[in-house]
Amino acid sequence: MLLSGAEIIWECLLREGVDVVFGYPGGAILPTYDALSKYPQMHHVLVRHEQGACHMADGYARATGKVGVAIATSGPGATNLVTGIATSMMDSTPIVCITGQVPSPVIGTDAFQETDVTGITLPITKHNYLVGSIEELPYIIREAFYIARTGRPGPVLVDIPKDIQNKKIEFVYPEGEIRVPGYRPPSKATDKQVRDALELIQQAERPVILAGHGIIMSGASQELQELSERAQIPIALTLLGKGAVPENHPLVIGMMGMHGEAASNHAIQEADLLIALGMRFDDRVTGNLKTYSPHSRKIHVDIDPSEINKNVKVDVGIAGDLKTVIRQFLPGVKSGSHAAWLNRIRDWDEDSNERDIVNTYDGDKLFGALAINDLWKYTGGEAITVTDVGQHQMLEAQYYPHQRPATMITSGGLGTMGFGLPAAIGAKFGKPDEEVWAIVGDGGFQMTLCELATAMQEGIKVNIAIINNGFLGMVRQWQELFHESRYNATPMFSPDFCKLADAYGIPNMRVTSRDQIEEAVQFARSHETTVLIEFVVEKEEMVYPMVPAGADLHAMIRRPKPNER
Amino acid sequence: MENHASKHTIAALVENKPGVLNRVASLFRRRNFNVDSLTVGRTHKGHISRMTIVVDAARTDARKIISNLVKLINVIDVKLVSSELHVSRDLALVKVRSDDAESRNGLTLLCERYPARIVDIGPEYAIVEITAQEDIVEGFIEEAAKIGIVELVRTGVVAMGRGTRILDTEYEPIIPVSANGNAHQVY
Repeated sequence: MLLSGAEIIWECLLREGVDVVFGYPGGAILPTYDALSKYPQMHHVLVRHEQGACHMADGYARATGKVGVAIATSGPGATNLVTGIATSMMDSTPIVCITGQVPSPVIGTDAFQETDVTGITLPITKHNYLVGSIEELPYIIREAFYIARTGRPGPVLVDIPKDIQNKKIEFVYPEGEIRVPGYRPPSKATDKQVRDALELIQQAERPVILAGHGIIMSGASQELQELSERAQIPIALTLLGKGAVPENHPLVIGMMGMHGEAASNHAIQEADLLIALGMRFDDRVTGNLKTYSPHSRKIHVDIDPSEINKNVKVDVGIAGDLKTVIRQFLPGVKSGSHAAWLNRIRDWDEDSNERDIVNTYDGDKLFGALAINDLWKYTGGEAITVTDVGQHQMLEAQYYPHQRPATMITSGGLGTMGFGLPAAIGAKFGKPDEEVWAIVGDGGFQMTLCELATAMQEGIKVNIAIINNGFLGMVRQWQELFHESRYNATPMFSPDFCKLADAYGIPNMRVTSRDQIEEAVQFARSHETTVLIEFVVEKEEMVYPMVPAGADLHAMIRRPKPNER
Repeated sequence: MENHASKHTIAALVENKPGVLNRVASLFRRRNFNVDSLTVGRTHKGHISRMTIVVDAARTDARKIISNLVKLINVIDVKLVSSELHVSRDLALVKVRSDDAESRNGLTLLCERYPARIVDIGPEYAIVEITAQEDIVEGFIEEAAKIGIVELVRTGVVAMGRGTRILDTEYEPIIPVSANGNAHQVY
């Protein structure tokens, strides 16, 4: 079959099982868009900004575990993808970005809309390609998907010059084994590693499992639960690990880290064994490394060998796929009970709940925390929530427990404001039967709100909850705590969000008191289209507990008691 | 046999494609790895290049470099050569003053004491080539400086494990390499 490069792109995408792509056309990618009409089974979502395309592909990938695809033209189209690519890189999500490039003969001449995109994205992609000939195009696309989804997943970019999209060859899809000589993702633990790990687990009196994003990506939730239940080991979750196991499980002690629950952080600091599974000891999780979990032996399992001993020196480091490795552990894991240890954690937990979480808000004021907690209540805790970045994100993590993996989608590593709305749209494309809520702040929402038009053009239903406190809340919190409340550049004017929604034809509602929240959720559910709910919340709310950046993990700033306020 | 406790020497087999050196250099820069020298050249197989990387052991953890290098898709295999018996060589071209009898005699004597030879000589300057272990090259440079160095260039260290220690790959590309560095289908 004589096909153009453009047609080969679509043929290869279809063979990868892709049925939806997020993109924005332009000169250097135009032949590919022209060929799109021959592939009616491929749905193209026209975004309003390429950053949105990348976040949508990312949200789609996180919700489904499949590879998300973003398409952009050369130059500014491609550079607009950069924030989205970096977001995906930091959180190890599988996406493939396809960019048009100026024709091969003019590469390097500063041609119109030319940018060295493979150069720019080199440090923020798992791998990238500048296609040099039409013959190699199908090989490269196949490799790109393979590399994006296997091992530690990540973004892969394929830059395709316009002349290669136009050129034609006899197309034969490359079947058979993919040969990438320098790419051998680790798979399982050695027998010795298993023995060493089991010995530490057997000896431990105060063990804690640290479960991260890897559990979700490896599909190891059941294995993790079995390990935890059999040996009676409590589980602390990272932000991206939320939902890895049902958060109402009695052995789940909550999120760890900077805004983690006090009980989790105390447990980590006093543990005699940490079993870190699919997490990477990020500085937001460890606090001061010198005083981090000082009494514990450590087992670390991660798919990426370079993560082992990177930040925290461990006793048993295993590079492998989590599901496989936990399965290797299970036959040797003996039934255990750590009753005294679990009771101790329970005491911390009660104290923590009392001080930081419940019973802290009085009167009829609407706090962001309560808005999100009520959202949890009225959605039955079953929605896919996609957050932006800031206070509302941490409040979501604390007040919206998840029961299923991949139902909490958030930019953890890069902390990308503007991620929420487009990622929610992408997640909804991936999980059309699920209730999807974008929980965003007034700041981040204004970074990518242009995608409201995308949602309406596509007729896709995302429920948007704007937690509007009139501030860049998390920055304001830092200013209050560490910069003597000098609120420089954090008070924020916003448009009337409801009128804005009106302009897009989006049904909307403003919530100013707690008793309206149930009605608001019903209102959102009663519409077939995207709905916007603005929660006008208290301006100077704080997220507690908080470990100041670089401080000891146990040195949390706790919520002042009512009589101290 | 030439083990320098203060230096690690790493050898890497990489695909011979443009841009691969850039990927390695970019990795070192963004991970803040300090590199003393990095050399790259083709092997006896046209599609494979070999890099030798020397790092200061006190400042950089060789295991971290290796585990990150292995992650690069175009890097086929990596070995810490300095953990075993190996041979390492550095080559320098040194342009030295040769404008009087004293300097010319000094240079001749120096070349007898070192694995060095004069490869070009004129009324004003001579070029000396030395190929040796890195520390011997440094010793030579120190002494040549007394005569008067006006120009100097070094290749950086290349290294190889001794005896049966072979760093090679079975890998043959399905498609040969195209001008811009990717593989390319043959029909």
